[in-house]
Formats: sequence, structure tokens, C-alpha cells
Amino acid sequence: MNVLINGERTELCAGATVEAAVASLELPAQGRGVAVAVDAEVVPRGEWPARELKEGARVEILRAIQGG
Amino acid sequence: MQATTAGTAPDTFTIAGRELRSRLLLGTGGFRSLEAMAAAIEASETELVTVALRRVDPAARGSIVDVLNAARVSLLPNTAGCFTARDAVLTAKLAREAFETDWVKLEVIGDERTLLPDAPALLEAAEQLVDDGFVVLPYTNDDPILARRLEDVGCAAVMPLGSPIGSGQGLLNPYNLRLIREHAKVPVILDAGVGTASDAALAMELGCDAVLCATAISRAEDPTVMARAIRLGVEGGRLAHRAGRIPRRLFAQASTPGEGRADFSG
Repeated sequence: MNVLINGERTELCAGATVEAAVASLELPAQGRGVAVAVDAEVVPRGEWPARELKEGARVEILRAIQGG
Repeated sequence: MQATTAGTAPDTFTIAGRELRSRLLLGTGGFRSLEAMAAAIEASETELVTVALRRVDPAARGSIVDVLNAARVSLLPNTAGCFTARDAVLTAKLAREAFETDWVKLEVIGDERTLLPDAPALLEAAEQLVDDGFVVLPYTNDDPILARRLEDVGCAAVMPLGSPIGSGQGLLNPYNLRLIREHAKVPVILDAGVGTASDAALAMELGCDAVLCATAISRAEDPTVMARAIRLGVEGGRLAHRAGRIPRRLFAQASTPGEGRADFSG
């Protein structure tokens, strides 16, 4: 199954969850400071393990940077 | 007694029920390193700093959130880079997830060259976010009517610009800022345009409750020293505002009494 993670075409197992998508980025720490939107809808952290992605889903995985 | 305690009594202000002792908010953009940012935060004595959200960069080193937690400052996520109300609202919701705060510095930008706010989109986004329970601090034009409309829809503060973001041009329209301050019942935080300490002092002398400063500190040759300078500018301006300045006069007014002068004639 292909999804777009931060604009990059990425292959994940069928039925992969948001948690799997986040794990694919090998973040230094997956705690505070990371947020996910799927198809322009926020997915709360508590729903990451259960929320399955669909083929072609647009996943944005964001984290804190310096700014403002 | 008021005059004698003005220099020492706690002089706090309150946003949405949160009492703040420091009247300097710090933007974290533009520092050369997280270490430089941490040193400037300490020198600024700020309690509230802005952060932004961007796509995860696996190559990035260090976590800004860890550094800010260690500095014991509260986070004010922004919606920098959003050009539509829809993007700003979604970004604010993502920030709420990421940082576990419902405070947001709302920016809806109209144009890349000036980075000036898009007034109708800003008002629309502010209204939606207030309805959704956010504490909204909008970055706004120095427009008294727009500031009033933002307050009317429930914003917790208004943050008018002194001049465009990062321009360092100071306060281009002090008159408008005074009008905003005269009317607003929520805190007025001068946001954008500060170039150096005197700009921050002027904003406070005009009656602003606080100043938000990023580039003037982060891109100064010595950000730590500039953080201290701007902190002192904010404090000096605030004290001057409370002290009550003399009116401007066209002609001189002697400060030394004329009576009792020696007579050297004859």
C-alpha cells in the first residue's frame, strides 16, 4: 500500500496504522512535540495505534521547530 | 505611595487568567543554535516563547521542546506560514495536539513580500478557533478597528505589528498603537518590527502590555546581550509609562528657579 508521508510516496503494509507511519520516520523521540494530520484532519495521539491508513492517504507528520 | 512602589512592586499582567511577570515574549525563530536560543531565553527572563510546526526532518539534531522544557518556559505555538484561515485553523489544532496547550499565536499571512496579516482571513480563523476553545492571540495589522473586531470575537489579546516581521523598522505608526491601546480591554502585545531596545521601550511607553520579539534578538550579533537589552528596554518603558511622562512643549521651561539669582550688574 502506498501513502504520501510529508509529500514522499511511502510503501507501508496493507492496513498500516498512523503509529506505523510515524514509526517509519525514526523520530528521535516520539513524545511531546509531534502531531499528525491525515487527509487534512488532525488525528489525536490516542488514536494513532488504531487508526488504519487507506491507499493514497496524505499523511502530514509535524514537529516543533524554532519559529515566530 | 504609588510613586515610590512603582519600581519594586510586582507589575504583572494577565492573559486568559494566566498571570505573567515578564512583559517580554520571545520568538524562537532565527537563532543560530539551540544553545544560543537557550542563553537568550535566560537573559530575556521571558516566561512565554513561540514555537512553530513543520514537517519532521529526520536529519534534525536536538529537540527544541526539550530545551524549552529545561528553560521552564511556556510554549505559544504559532501558525506561521499559513496563508488561509483553513490552514491556520488546522495548524492550530495540530499544535494543540503536539504541545498540549490551547494557546495559539494566530498568524494568517496575506503576502510573501510583506508578511502582513490578511485581515478578513485572520478574523475568520480567530472566530473559529475561539469557538473551538482556543486562547487566541492574533498577530494583527496596526488597525484599531480590526483590533476591536478581534477582541469582539473573543481573542484573549491583540498583537499589532510595529512594522513588518523581521524588518526591524520599529514602530511606524505609534498613533494607531495608542488608539488600539485606548480601546482594548484585553492585553495589547506589540508584535513584529522591533529592531532594538528603544523600539521595545517606546511600545511600552505607549501603553502596550508586553512586547513580542524574535528577529531583533535572534539575529543580533550577540543575541544574549540583545535579549538583556530588550528586556531592560521593556522594563524601562513600562516604568516610564506608569510614572507618567511630562507633556511635550514648544518652548523651554527652566528647571532651576529664577528667583534669588545673584545680581552682577553695576
